[in-house]
Amino acid sequence: MGLLTNLRDSISRVTDGLFAADEPKRIGIYGPPNAGKTTLANRIARDWTGDAVGPESHIPHETRRARRKENVEIERNGRKVTIDIVDTPGVTTKVDYKEFLDHDMEKDDAVRRSREATEGVAEAMHWLREDVDGVIYVLDSTTDPFTQVNTMLIGIIESQDLPALILANKTDLEGSDVQQIANAFPQHETIPLSALEGDNMDEVYTKIAEYFG
Amino acid sequence: MPGPKANVDAADDPDDGDDSGDGVRIDMISGARMEGLTGMEKIRLILDGVRDGNIVILEEGLSPDEESKLIEVTMTEISPDDFTGIEIETYPKAEAGDQSFLDKLMGRESTQKLTVIGPANRIETLHKDENLISTLVSRK
Repeated sequence: MGLLTNLRDSISRVTDGLFAADEPKRIGIYGPPNAGKTTLANRIARDWTGDAVGPESHIPHETRRARRKENVEIERNGRKVTIDIVDTPGVTTKVDYKEFLDHDMEKDDAVRRSREATEGVAEAMHWLREDVDGVIYVLDSTTDPFTQVNTMLIGIIESQDLPALILANKTDLEGSDVQQIANAFPQHETIPLSALEGDNMDEVYTKIAEYFG
Repeated sequence: MPGPKANVDAADDPDDGDDSGDGVRIDMISGARMEGLTGMEKIRLILDGVRDGNIVILEEGLSPDEESKLIEVTMTEISPDDFTGIEIETYPKAEAGDQSFLDKLMGRESTQKLTVIGPANRIETLHKDENLISTLVSRK
């Protein structure tokens, strides 16, 4: 019985591999609010398709719905990798509309934004459990990576056995500390970049092809 | 109809959390108490306590999947001027190297980690490292 099960599993893996080889992998871009996820998604999409994914903003929770850019073909070292980029809302455990009032927003707008943000985070968590094949985890390298949200999310990603690439973003800013991120998650490779300036994107694309190809 | 909440807190809940006055109620929940609950029952137990303004301390924490669902359910319950979410702290996850060879071989992953959860508007983390979680809890 065990032998038959093993044989069936082996055949299933081979056939899955044959049919799934050309299927685009859904790669979720995750991270806390304001890490630069949409800036990165736009950078990747513009570099390889010419289009953007969504608007960028310094106000937290600008992205309040998961947005997908399909069939992004990345060529690296003669190898072509096709991915669907899923830009997700920044994950948090709390949303208070009063924080948006500091950004010159009326109460009604702030309440609406916070409601959309909570729906977006719930949606992002659902995507993570059900609908992504790999994760690009984006962190702002000028901030402390030892936060509970980061610890929990990396733990969730690891528990799902998803391939994960950690990007230390905003290296163009003073106070950027890539090593701190590498120290926080030593079990993963950390790639520095500035999605805004396009610094070190070559290495990012090489790693995307390596991790998700 | 009584739901999971009634199932887990009716037996020995000293009060419903409403008569704590100026104090802060802390519920320390043992691993044994959580053991027989489903993931959703655990989340309900935590969120019902936190929404009453209590601090909930779990002896053994939640699994990654349960943490994911806790975030998701928390988001659906946030409402303006009422509930702004949760603050949650655990010790950083132990390195994989701390697991025994047998645990690794059997795919057993320990999720035992003391976890503190409270209302986001009442609990603030002052310091956190591998060995210490220091939080400031404000009264209602």
